[in-house]
Amino acid sequence: MWVFLGSDCLFFGSLIATYMVYRGQSLVGPYPVDIIDVPITTISTFVLLMSSFGMVQALSATIRNDQKAIQIWLLATAAMGAVFIGFQIYEFNAFKNEGLTLGANLFGASFFTLTGFHGAHVTLGVIWLLGLFVAARKGRLGPATSLDVEIMGLYWHFVDIVWIVIFTLLYLIGGFDAGPSVPPGG
Amino acid sequence: MAAITAVIPRPTSYAGVWGWMTTVDHKRIGVLYGLSALTLMLIAGIEAGVIRMQLASPDNGIIGGDRFNQMFTMHATVMVFMVIMPLSASFFNFVIPLAIGARDVAFPRLNALSYWLFLFGAILFHVSFLVDEVPDAGWFSYANLTEKPFSVNRGLDFWSLSLLVLGTSSVAAALNFIVTIINLRAPGMRLMRMPVFVWMTLITSILLVLAFPVITVGLIELTMDRNFGTHFFIPSGGGDPILWQHLFWVFGHPEVYILILPAMGIVSEVLPTFSKKPLFGYPFIIFSGIVIGMMGWAVWGHHMFTVGLGPVANSVFTITTMLIAVPTGVKIFNWIGTLWGGSIELKTPMLFALGFVALFIVGGLSGVSHAVSPSDFQQQDTYYIVAHLHYVLFGGSIFGLFSGVFYWFPKITGKMYEETWGKITFWLLFIGMNLTFFPMHILGLNGMPRRIYTYTQEYGWGDLNLLASVGYIVIFLGMLAFVVTIVKGLRSGVRAGHDPWDAPGLEWSISSPPPAYNFAEIPQVEGLDQYWIVKARAKADGQDRVPAEPAVDPNTIHMPSPSYWPIGIAVGTTLIAGGILSHFALSFVGGIFAFIGVIGWTNEPPTAPDPHHGSQH
Repeated sequence: MWVFLGSDCLFFGSLIATYMVYRGQSLVGPYPVDIIDVPITTISTFVLLMSSFGMVQALSATIRNDQKAIQIWLLATAAMGAVFIGFQIYEFNAFKNEGLTLGANLFGASFFTLTGFHGAHVTLGVIWLLGLFVAARKGRLGPATSLDVEIMGLYWHFVDIVWIVIFTLLYLIGGFDAGPSVPPGG
Repeated sequence: MAAITAVIPRPTSYAGVWGWMTTVDHKRIGVLYGLSALTLMLIAGIEAGVIRMQLASPDNGIIGGDRFNQMFTMHATVMVFMVIMPLSASFFNFVIPLAIGARDVAFPRLNALSYWLFLFGAILFHVSFLVDEVPDAGWFSYANLTEKPFSVNRGLDFWSLSLLVLGTSSVAAALNFIVTIINLRAPGMRLMRMPVFVWMTLITSILLVLAFPVITVGLIELTMDRNFGTHFFIPSGGGDPILWQHLFWVFGHPEVYILILPAMGIVSEVLPTFSKKPLFGYPFIIFSGIVIGMMGWAVWGHHMFTVGLGPVANSVFTITTMLIAVPTGVKIFNWIGTLWGGSIELKTPMLFALGFVALFIVGGLSGVSHAVSPSDFQQQDTYYIVAHLHYVLFGGSIFGLFSGVFYWFPKITGKMYEETWGKITFWLLFIGMNLTFFPMHILGLNGMPRRIYTYTQEYGWGDLNLLASVGYIVIFLGMLAFVVTIVKGLRSGVRAGHDPWDAPGLEWSISSPPPAYNFAEIPQVEGLDQYWIVKARAKADGQDRVPAEPAVDPNTIHMPSPSYWPIGIAVGTTLIAGGILSHFALSFVGGIFAFIGVIGWTNEPPTAPDPHHGSQH
């Protein structure tokens, strides 16, 4: 799993690099400053980060063999992940209504590709969590199988950490970018 | 969900075609990889023949420029991604578990999935011929040639989507081998007691896992540009084609080492065996391999000297590229040191290994000559590059891999090929290879650019090109001889013993072909070249030869059961890619297919409940 995460680091590394290279290179609007809504995304970021807490609790419950708590925390983590996805769908939709599409400009292309792939990772994680939840309901999770939960946790925390990087770069730093810093052709 | 697994009964036997399709046995998967790769090699070899036919004489019009572009694109892409890589994977599969004393790889079903993804990816790629929309932008497909305005048909979509499928396969396989090598070694086999081939596999797998995500991003961005209206690499939308070059070569240069390191590993097994002495400077070979693996990340800019990255970048990449030649040179001296004073037996695997060393030196030297950025400005995009890359990939990788084919042939099949035919194969390939590619050095320095489909008389390139084309015919005969050697060996080869070469590796201590469970008793490893240690001790005790490990009743050893989920998921994944090419509905169907496959997979225990044991562990 660690090796897979190493591989995924390079994957997001390349996507983030694409965004950074193209930052401020869009020729036409809308630009980040026009549409990025930092407060709303701060809320969803908070939810996602809290879900990591749920993940830790689920693992600890698995090691304690506390069946009730395993189910509660797995479901809570999945729910928080789903809330994050909900925010992202809302955000994508709002951006689209404001004219930012994949093909609109480089900002649109790199923004949607990067956050979209992150969203896909979260979605996959939610499905995986629900799968574990089903296993937990059947009583299959416990100290003997805690590695299953631990690996899930590694993945989940990784996806969270990637979001911290994305949020910092795309929203806190890049979110206030206006039009091209250099006029086209200059 | 358990109902899904119950719908179709789990396959239980290894008999027939269905047995091959559901197999999770690393040896069978290795054979499948090998046969598929060699078949694809013949296809890509014929494409090379068309190229050489077209270039044989000036102002030739046998095929037009468009076909020519398709031919070199297909030839290169297939050879790199669908011949050399899977042929290496074939040896990873067959040899690694045997060489480290394990019963199988860590994730047998994942292993099967890797193979089926590779096969279906390769088939998807070749469907482009059936619909006559063939990729034609070269194997590195520089933007913005690859964008819709310049490449209207779906050829490039075929290219990028099948490479995505193949990439998934490679990453899954590489993860599997990293875990296998780290966790499943026999007791006593410390890292510095592993055979060199195992080491090189480990380094290659790490490179694969780290390099493929980068090309994946590039391919996704290209696919989105072509299908979803983004402008990642289109200047008119503000995009930058150079970004593609960076992404491609950040992957592409480690990829070069992914192609050559397994061959280096094989040669490091073959040379000691046929020199009857241990590898000279084992730790140096290992550490040079590691250094190559790390520095391979710091040299990608040498593919882009003429892009205009500026003098600082060019100087840095010149220096790093020249530095990486040092560990490579260290290895060559170690191989020569191994030969020194050995009692050398010139069997076919040894001939190929020696051919590898010789030709790789030539390719390595021309490589250093374009590490120097000023001289590269002259050589960029000429036949000098074509000569270089064929010396390292054909003279290097393919010769190394062929050495492995002959070396492990008796182990894989239990039969011996005919030495005479093996030698004919080697000499035809060796002579043909030099005849074809050596003149290209001179052509390149005389200014002949690569990827032109014809040239006029006045340039004076005609004679050397004709020579190269004649060389192709010799290579072609060599490949025919290769097929004859293999077929004859399979049909009428004499039975090979378990240890025909008096080799040092653990794989030679069990019978040929190995039983499904590999080792009845997991060996204890006391040092490097374990089987030589065992044999030396037997000799000291007055025994002349050590027999193969006796067979036991296979039912007493618990092996992973076959499964049909891997091939199912592979079909689904390929449909997803194929759907983007035709109808999105198909992608959707493929997605559902793959999803059901994943659920079935996770609900299936690794081994079927077994009457002999009564438990699942």
